[in-house]
Amino acid sequence: MTVYSKPGTPGSLVTFKPRYENWINGGWVKPVKGQYFEDISPVDGKPFAEVARGTAEDIELALDAAHRAAPAWGKTTATERAAVLNRIADVIDANLEMLAVAETWDNGKPIREPLNADLPLASDHFRYFAAAIRSQDGDHAELDNDTVSYQFHEPLGVVGQIIPWNFPILMAVWKLAPALAAGNAIVMKPAEQTPVSIMVLIELIGDILPPGVLNIVNGFGLEAGKPLASSPRIRKIAFTGETTTGRLILQYASANIIPATVELGGKSANIFFSDVAQEQDSFYDKAQEGFVLFAFNQGEVCTAPSRALLQKPIYESFLATAVERTRKAIQGNPLDTDTQVGAQASNDQLEKILSYIDIGKQEGARLALGGERVDLGGDLSGGYYVEPTIFEGNNKMRIFQEEIFGPVLAVTSFTDYEDAISIANDNLYGLGAGVWSRNGNVAYRAGRDIHAGRVWINNYHHYPAGAAFGGYKSSGIGRENNKLALGHYQQTKNLLVSYSEKPLGFF
Amino acid sequence: MSEPASTATVVGTITVPGEQLPRVELSATAVSTLRELWDEFGPLMFHQSGGCCDGSSPMCFPAGEFITSDRDVLLGRLDIAPAGAESRLIEFWISAEQFEYWSHTFLTVDVVPGRGSGFSVEAPRGVRFLIRSRLMDSFA
Repeated sequence: MTVYSKPGTPGSLVTFKPRYENWINGGWVKPVKGQYFEDISPVDGKPFAEVARGTAEDIELALDAAHRAAPAWGKTTATERAAVLNRIADVIDANLEMLAVAETWDNGKPIREPLNADLPLASDHFRYFAAAIRSQDGDHAELDNDTVSYQFHEPLGVVGQIIPWNFPILMAVWKLAPALAAGNAIVMKPAEQTPVSIMVLIELIGDILPPGVLNIVNGFGLEAGKPLASSPRIRKIAFTGETTTGRLILQYASANIIPATVELGGKSANIFFSDVAQEQDSFYDKAQEGFVLFAFNQGEVCTAPSRALLQKPIYESFLATAVERTRKAIQGNPLDTDTQVGAQASNDQLEKILSYIDIGKQEGARLALGGERVDLGGDLSGGYYVEPTIFEGNNKMRIFQEEIFGPVLAVTSFTDYEDAISIANDNLYGLGAGVWSRNGNVAYRAGRDIHAGRVWINNYHHYPAGAAFGGYKSSGIGRENNKLALGHYQQTKNLLVSYSEKPLGFF
Repeated sequence: MSEPASTATVVGTITVPGEQLPRVELSATAVSTLRELWDEFGPLMFHQSGGCCDGSSPMCFPAGEFITSDRDVLLGRLDIAPAGAESRLIEFWISAEQFEYWSHTFLTVDVVPGRGSGFSVEAPRGVRFLIRSRLMDSFA
C-alpha cells in the first residue's frame, strides 16, 4: 500500500503552478481577455489552480499558430513523426507516477487506475500510432496498360479536438496520437472540469513537438469550444461528450462542410449466461469481477457496463455474490493505492447521479446496494463521493436507459438468448457491451448480434491500442484506438496518370 | 440582475399533441438564472441531452442556435417573464427517440453549483441546469 502525498505538500510528486495559461505556439500565452477560472479537485472539493478562461480571441491565436506550423509538419516523413510520438511515449513512461498523481487530483479517480491503466495506455497509444503511420502504405491500381491510379494519404491540415473529463489525459491522447501521426496541426480544448493534468503533460512534452503543432486552449464550451468547433479555419472536428453537443458539433461541421467524428456515450449491457456459474472456479471469479467493473472510474466511462443482464437460473445466486463483492470495494482517499472507488469528477456530476438514484427509486427499482452520497470525513469531507449502487428493475426504467455516469448499476434478468439480445439492443446507444459464457458459440453469436461497436467477450474494460473503438446508433460516428482512426485525419489524394502518348480522340 | 429573483416555479404549456398535462417546469432558482441569461443572450431555448459525460443535462442555448428537426419533440413553452411584463417564452425540446424512454416522467429544470460543460450558456457562471424527475402518474 502506498498513499501518495497531496499535491503541493512536502513529499508530493506534483506541485501545480498557481496558474495555467494557454499553450500556444510552443509556449505559455495569457488569455487575451485576462480571465481565469478555478480548477476544483473533486478529491476535497477545493480549488487548487487557476486556469485560463479562453475565448474566441485565444482560439484565433491558436489557429494562427497551427496554420503556421501545419505545412512544414505535414511534410515531415512518417519516420520523423513516428520518432516524435515515440519520444512522447518515453516521457510519459518516465513521469508516470507524477502524471498519475496529477490526474487523480484533477479528476478524482483512484490512483491505481492512472498508474496501471490510463498512463500505460497513453504511452502505448503513441507507440501504436507511431507504428501505424510507419506501416501505412498508399495504394495504386493499374487501370489499363497505360493508366495508373495512385492514392496518397495527406494530412487534413489544422484540426480541432474537444476532450471529455473522465480520462483527461488518455482521452486527449486517443485523439492526439492519430492526428499527429497523420501530420496534422491541432487546436485542442480540454474539459473545463479537468483542465490541468493535460497542461502538466504538455509542460513535459511541449518541446518535443515543433511550435504550433499542438495548441491547447482552456475555457468553457460556450466561450472556447464553440468558436473552435464552428471555425471555418479547421478541416475537421473531433468531439467526445453527449448527444446534444454532439449534434451541435455536427451542425457546425455541416455549415463548414468538414468531417466530424463524435463519440457520444452508451448504456452498455453486460450479459451473463447461466453456464458462467457451471463451476465455482477462476472463470466464475473473473465474471464476478466483470460485473463489479460498473464501478470502475466511479462509473464515469462511456462504456461503463451499467446494465447487467443475468439469465434467470443464476439470477439470485450470481447477484447475491456480486452484491457482496461490490460491498467490499474500498472507497476512500483517491491517492491511496488500495482505494478502488474514488470521487466523482464534479459537483454537478454528483448531483446528477443523486437525481438518477431518486428516479430509480420512484420508478420502483429495488435498491440492492448503496444509494447514498458518502462523506469520507476529514480533508476529504468536501469531496464528491457516491456509494457503489445496485438497482434491480426492468429495461424500460430510465436508470436502464441513460448513462448515469456514476457508480450505479441497473440489473435485470433474461430468459433465453433471444431475450438477452432483445433487451441489450432495446436502447438508443450502441457503444459497448459484454458477454460472459463458457460456450464459445453462444458468446460469438451474441457478440455479433448486439448492436454495439465494441463487445467484450469474457472480459470487460480493456482498451488496448489496436482494438477499434466507436459507436453504433446514437453513440456516434467514427473509430478510435485503431489504425482506422488515421483515416479520420487524412485526405485521399488520387493521381490519375496516363503513360500513353495517344490522344483521346474525342475532339 | 435587472429582474427580481423569482420565488415561483413556472410550468410549461402543453405542446405534445393529444396530451392534457404539462411535462416540464422550471424551479424558482432556474427562473431567476434564466432571466439573467435572457438579459445577456436574448431569447433562449433548451434541448435535453443524453449520452455520456454531461449527458442528461438540459442544454440552454440562444434560441435557434440548436437546429431542431421533425425528430425532436417540443415538451413545452416556459414563460419566464415577471408578472405583467411582456412574455419571454423558452421552448424545451428533446429528441423523439429519447422521449420514447422519458415519456413517463415529468421534468423539473433546477440549478446546482457546478462546472458546466457542453456549450450551454449558464456554465461560465459556475452553475449548471439539472433535471429532476418525477413519475407523471404522481403529477396531479
